[in-house]
Amino acid sequence: MCGNEALAEAAVIAGVDAYFGYPITPQNEIPAYMSRRMPEEGRVFVQCESELAAINMVFGASATGKRAMTSSSSPGISLMQEGISYLAGAELPAVVVNVMRGGPGLGNIAPSQGDYFQAAKGGGHGDYRSIVLGPSGVQELADCMPLAFDLADQYRMTVIILADGMLGQMMEPVVLEKKPGRKLPPKDWALTGAKGRAQNIVRSLWLKEGVVEQHNYELQAKYEQVQKNEVLCEQYQVDDAEIVVVAYGIAARIVRSAVSKAREEGIKGGWIRPITLWPFPTEQISRAAEDFKIFLTVELSCGQMVEDVRLAVAGKAPVLFYGRPGGGVPTVEEILERIRQLTIPETSELHKSGLR
Amino acid sequence: MKTVFARTPTLKDWPTHYCPGCGHGIAHRLIAEVIDELGIHDRTIGIAPVGCAVLAYDYLDVDMVEVAHGRAPAVATGMKRTNPEMIIFSYQGDGDLAAIGTAEIIHAAHRGEQITVIFINNAVFGMTGGQMAPTTVLGQVTATTQKGRQAVGDGYPLQVAELLAVLPGAIYIERCSLHNPAEIRKTRKAIKHAFELQVGGAQGLSMVEILSPCPTNWRMTPAKAMQWIENELTKTFPLGRLKG
Repeated sequence: MCGNEALAEAAVIAGVDAYFGYPITPQNEIPAYMSRRMPEEGRVFVQCESELAAINMVFGASATGKRAMTSSSSPGISLMQEGISYLAGAELPAVVVNVMRGGPGLGNIAPSQGDYFQAAKGGGHGDYRSIVLGPSGVQELADCMPLAFDLADQYRMTVIILADGMLGQMMEPVVLEKKPGRKLPPKDWALTGAKGRAQNIVRSLWLKEGVVEQHNYELQAKYEQVQKNEVLCEQYQVDDAEIVVVAYGIAARIVRSAVSKAREEGIKGGWIRPITLWPFPTEQISRAAEDFKIFLTVELSCGQMVEDVRLAVAGKAPVLFYGRPGGGVPTVEEILERIRQLTIPETSELHKSGLR
Repeated sequence: MKTVFARTPTLKDWPTHYCPGCGHGIAHRLIAEVIDELGIHDRTIGIAPVGCAVLAYDYLDVDMVEVAHGRAPAVATGMKRTNPEMIIFSYQGDGDLAAIGTAEIIHAAHRGEQITVIFINNAVFGMTGGQMAPTTVLGQVTATTQKGRQAVGDGYPLQVAELLAVLPGAIYIERCSLHNPAEIRKTRKAIKHAFELQVGGAQGLSMVEILSPCPTNWRMTPAKAMQWIENELTKTFPLGRLKG
């Protein structure tokens, strides 16, 4: 199955009640699949008039306690930012899949990781966070879906799955099965009709002085819990490494091959792959930086996650970057060459500059 | 002593935040009365707009949600599609429905969503201080048309009810007014019909547009505002059933 279809079926298995979407490449397999699959299950599929409508339909379904999702690609996700901010303000669960493409603007339809800032840092207005997952293969993309719905329901937050055009389109074998989910709190806040109870109100406006300030502190306390409990990241041969390459998503796949080749050449390489981009594996990277290593961040962008890597390393080691924006995808050889340049004393600018 | 009139249960006992002479209070009460009359309190969800009526949930004692400006018909779609047994209504002003939310209302009607829309038209943006709305009539002075609305440059008043009436997915469209007791009774009847259609499972969207006074932003006394609706506003927005 291609990544887009695998994630769609995984969402069906995870119990999504409603899918709302608007066509945009490179994620069109998702609405096409859902338009067929959701009615088979007696669930809801709506092709919307815009991404604005899609995210607000998610808002509506979620406000009644249903599991709802949408998917889109970069320009469409930009349109959804208003809705994502309102979801955060009203503390409604939602799952949003962004199959990223080259930008800014209409850009192109090639794979990109240019929306990291938008997803991991906010994107919409206000002091809020979304949980961001960055899977790096079709199986993991599918595995992210039940996790995303559980995290969304547990914390009443938007969970963004940050995939890219390559992950969405590529075919890999995938095992799809229903696994037991988390124990989740009851949705006693949901709008189900005020029968035998006081009315429920889902809102994000509080005009009384100090109430929104307090609401923000409560949101921040919730976000701290997420940071404490939900960080996911994978590491490989970091302990003895002289260079650690940090990458997520499809870039991590390329990095993995490059680091293996570097090891074959006798260069002690390791890698760290954040799976949750927010909460970011700050501690894991910080720990790896205790022993002086070179950090190289590889992204399909001009350098976005690298800022979080720098914050985590906090000046303890040099953090360098290699990336290709706008749909460019680095080859294994390109990354390997960069690793060689940084680690072989004769070529390393770090050695020349006396940093190493 | 015999009670001859009482507050209907779905209307909460809550001090009003609306200006003197505002029509929202009347419209809220009519909706509350209809909900109680139809016995649908337990399965109704209301959608409050951005605008003066954002606090509608302070007055209407049903489950309610507050949504982004103009997006109520999309939110209603998400609710109704996943909860067909619930009664979903949106309450929207003219800035909300006729300006920023034009796409959402037209496409909700176009898809024939089984929802009820209460559209309050007072020909201005109320909460932000009386700016021109798409529904502002020609010549009308507002905060952003200080010499009166001019067709060239400001555009013509937008008649959303007439626009929606041509769509097959809209099954009932009526324009009413709150300018005198007789019209208020007609408005109540229209609201009831719009809810009844949804309760009966009719396939499509129903909308009641209500011409409503905004004395504060019209710079008029409440009484004068009622007269202005009757004598001026209804020229651009004629009352009556447009469809269904």
